[in-house]
Amino acid sequence: MIEARGLTKRYGDKLAVDGLTFDVRPGVVTGFLGPNGAGKSTTMRMVMGLDAPSAGGVTVNGRHYHDLPWPLHEVGALLEAKAIHPGRSARAHLQMLAQANRVPGRRVDELLELVGLTSVAGRRAGKFSLGMGQRLGIAAALLGDPDVLLFDEPVNGLDPDGIRWVRNLLKGLAHEGRTVFVSSHLMSEMALTADEVIIIGRGKLIAQRPVGDLLDQSALGFVRVRSPQMDRLVAALDAAGASVTVEDDGSASVRAMGAAAIGDLAADVHAVLHELSPQSASLEEAYMELTEDSIEYHGGQPVGAPAGGIR
Amino acid sequence: MTIAATSPVATVPRRQLPPGRYRLTDLMRSEWTKLRTVRSTMWTLGIMVVVGIGVSALATAETRAHWSTMPPPTRLGFNPVSTSLTPLFFAQLAIGVLGVLVMSAEYGTGTARATFAAAPRRVQVLLAKTAVFGVVALVVSEVTAFLSFFVGQAMLTAPARHATLATPGALRAVVGMGLYLCVISLLALGLGTILRHTAAGISVFVGVLLVLPLIARALPNSIYNSVLRFLPAQIGIVIITNSSRAHSFSVWVGFSVLCCYAVAALVIGGALLVSRDV
Repeated sequence: MIEARGLTKRYGDKLAVDGLTFDVRPGVVTGFLGPNGAGKSTTMRMVMGLDAPSAGGVTVNGRHYHDLPWPLHEVGALLEAKAIHPGRSARAHLQMLAQANRVPGRRVDELLELVGLTSVAGRRAGKFSLGMGQRLGIAAALLGDPDVLLFDEPVNGLDPDGIRWVRNLLKGLAHEGRTVFVSSHLMSEMALTADEVIIIGRGKLIAQRPVGDLLDQSALGFVRVRSPQMDRLVAALDAAGASVTVEDDGSASVRAMGAAAIGDLAADVHAVLHELSPQSASLEEAYMELTEDSIEYHGGQPVGAPAGGIR
Repeated sequence: MTIAATSPVATVPRRQLPPGRYRLTDLMRSEWTKLRTVRSTMWTLGIMVVVGIGVSALATAETRAHWSTMPPPTRLGFNPVSTSLTPLFFAQLAIGVLGVLVMSAEYGTGTARATFAAAPRRVQVLLAKTAVFGVVALVVSEVTAFLSFFVGQAMLTAPARHATLATPGALRAVVGMGLYLCVISLLALGLGTILRHTAAGISVFVGVLLVLPLIARALPNSIYNSVLRFLPAQIGIVIITNSSRAHSFSVWVGFSVLCCYAVAALVIGGALLVSRDV
């Protein structure tokens, strides 16, 4: 469980993170989405106690990170690809972390095996590819078998196999009941991995909701309808309060009315349906829609507005 | 704490955590692993030992070769102890670089994030580094000082004058030089902690040791005489020549001043470590 309350980070007169309040629950993968520069990494560093909030706060399992007696046993994080001394071997990197929190030495070998680095464990990490560095970072995050996990852009630099591997790993960790918090600027990636998303833009919370709801609530979703009796159907739909757009290809896009209601109405007016297909917006579109709103909304405000806005 | 409406599918059984919390000894073990698993440690310490002993051998061999042609006053003033130990003022640059690296490499490579995530009480990390690196530096410095002394004296065959550890003041000079090197390297660790940048740390370290004396020399005599005693280099010279000099602290007062520099750098570094973001 990660709980942020009015979390704020100010650099000079720029608010990188602006009054974020959210909960990251155990048992699900929570995606942390936002355009580059939205404040995702800064937020994660504040969770990890690396950056001090300018206002507000964040706790992990009910405690500030600084007060965790055995941090690696409670929280694991992959914050940056290849944050490893290039001259140190993968095994030595994990070993020095394990020793700092009394993680048993055998965990090091178990994790090297799990992430597939056993054969190169003795090689200097400077020779690692970005993908190998990412795997080592994931191994470091899992070292203390923590029940809260943070991953900052974990699939960066991975090949398709690696991406699938990370995706399954994250889901598996959440299924075991762990808290899994994953940042990405790619909505498409989160669509496949996350159960719930927290979306931020310019450091402010835009939305926190299940991935499914994000699509349902998007204004971009519609039902495509085709009918030989299109004129009659469109008139009836209009009368029933739906918003109808007739497309160039002769189909109609119906908004603000569900497929079932449209089908019923078509039967009432004796219109034959050749197509009745709900088109959900892609998550990407829903995401763009949301972030656009935020930019429009904040467009008129001076940068550096008062802290701790959203509560 | 708010409890979410949707409860998790399964919960991780609460694992058995070790009792208490992570301790300084855990961090020291971690720091020891860090120190011995990078090549720069062996390189810098190796260079210090080789340069110290090598240059000592050269300097003393040179003296021996010209002994017969040296004017009597020069022979009389010849100090076999300091001649064999002076080369360590070059060697100190190597161990100083390592001292800077012990902290700056954490930031240069991004390891600092992992380090301070594992141990959010950052002052403890600095203490662990100081203890582990301090002991390593002390052992290697003393070994280098003693070897330089022995090799240097072995070169000074008759008729040149040589010293033994039994020579009055010789043991103190050798042990003192080892201590000097150790404290200098901890000063470097403090600079590395303050500056967090390898090149900046090394530059300032070299500046303090080599450039400050040059600047001081350019000052008017009255000022020079009053600041000279505070220079680390001057303190070192007093230690190896083992003589009271004008405008200088005595051996142990000088050494205490040097310790104050190192402690001050480490305390400032520790305070910045706590107040700055990683």
